[in-house]
Amino acid sequence: METDQQHIEALQDIRHMMKQSTRFLSLSGLSGVLIGFYALIGAYFGNQVISNYQRNGNPGAFTFEYTTLLKECAWISALVLVFSLLTALFFSMRNAKKTGANRFDHTARRLMLNMMIPLVAGGMFCLALVVNGPQMLGLIIPSMLIFYGLALVNGSKYTLNDIRYLGLMEIVLGIAASFFMVDGLIFWIVGFGILHILYGTYMWWKYERK
Amino acid sequence: MPVLNIYKLNKAFESRVRLGIMSVLMVNDSLDFNSLKELLKVTDGNLASHTSALEKEGFIHISKQFIGKKTSTTYSATKVGMKAFETHLDALEKILKNRR
Repeated sequence: METDQQHIEALQDIRHMMKQSTRFLSLSGLSGVLIGFYALIGAYFGNQVISNYQRNGNPGAFTFEYTTLLKECAWISALVLVFSLLTALFFSMRNAKKTGANRFDHTARRLMLNMMIPLVAGGMFCLALVVNGPQMLGLIIPSMLIFYGLALVNGSKYTLNDIRYLGLMEIVLGIAASFFMVDGLIFWIVGFGILHILYGTYMWWKYERK
Repeated sequence: MPVLNIYKLNKAFESRVRLGIMSVLMVNDSLDFNSLKELLKVTDGNLASHTSALEKEGFIHISKQFIGKKTSTTYSATKVGMKAFETHLDALEKILKNRR
């Protein structure tokens, strides 16, 4: 019956509008894959910097070598972060353009804000760990994973819900890493590298494959 | 029975644009004119006439503020509007269920 068809369409319209107006749906799986590779590249350089430091016989806290190590690790993390953000932005905008959605609407702003809250808190906490001296350094990578996971779980309410499970995995990994502080870099490689690549591929497969 | 259900369908929500406006305002606390326009993909005049019709019914609240020299209009659903919209949705669902 014609009116039935109209009612069904009305209900579908309503559901679609409710989803589209609350969630940022232009995230791209490809950016996840690339971010994973950036993390792996970062881990490679980080590993070199650290083994360089250890080759110098572990000179100890607050020596010249120690501050250099911190500086170089900070640079590597910052570069990975900046490139990751730029990549995520670029691919989201490309996706938004394709689907005709507004590129930076209120859903995008809300997603950013809600991810920034745990991320900024985590960043400050990691800074405190650095300031507190060498015995705390092992907790930096676990903290990064945990706070990043919390950011994803929090952000998942404002974008594709799949992000939630990635967040939960990052949190579990971060907690595991905090018990095995010696192998921090391995957890970084798994959490920021491999998980991103796998999950990015899955998201691309699910939403963007033609 | 179906006759009763049809009476519960609210005339105020008959247009697609009005359904859209209400659905968006059900899940967003408030939204400005431009965001609403982009979401619904309608013209300025079209949106303005539908929002003022819904305001007259008391279903949405329109507030205007000055940001610098420009006015910014934001919309939010009233409690009455939410209730009416939910009743309307229930009626739609019931009609479809009874037909099957």
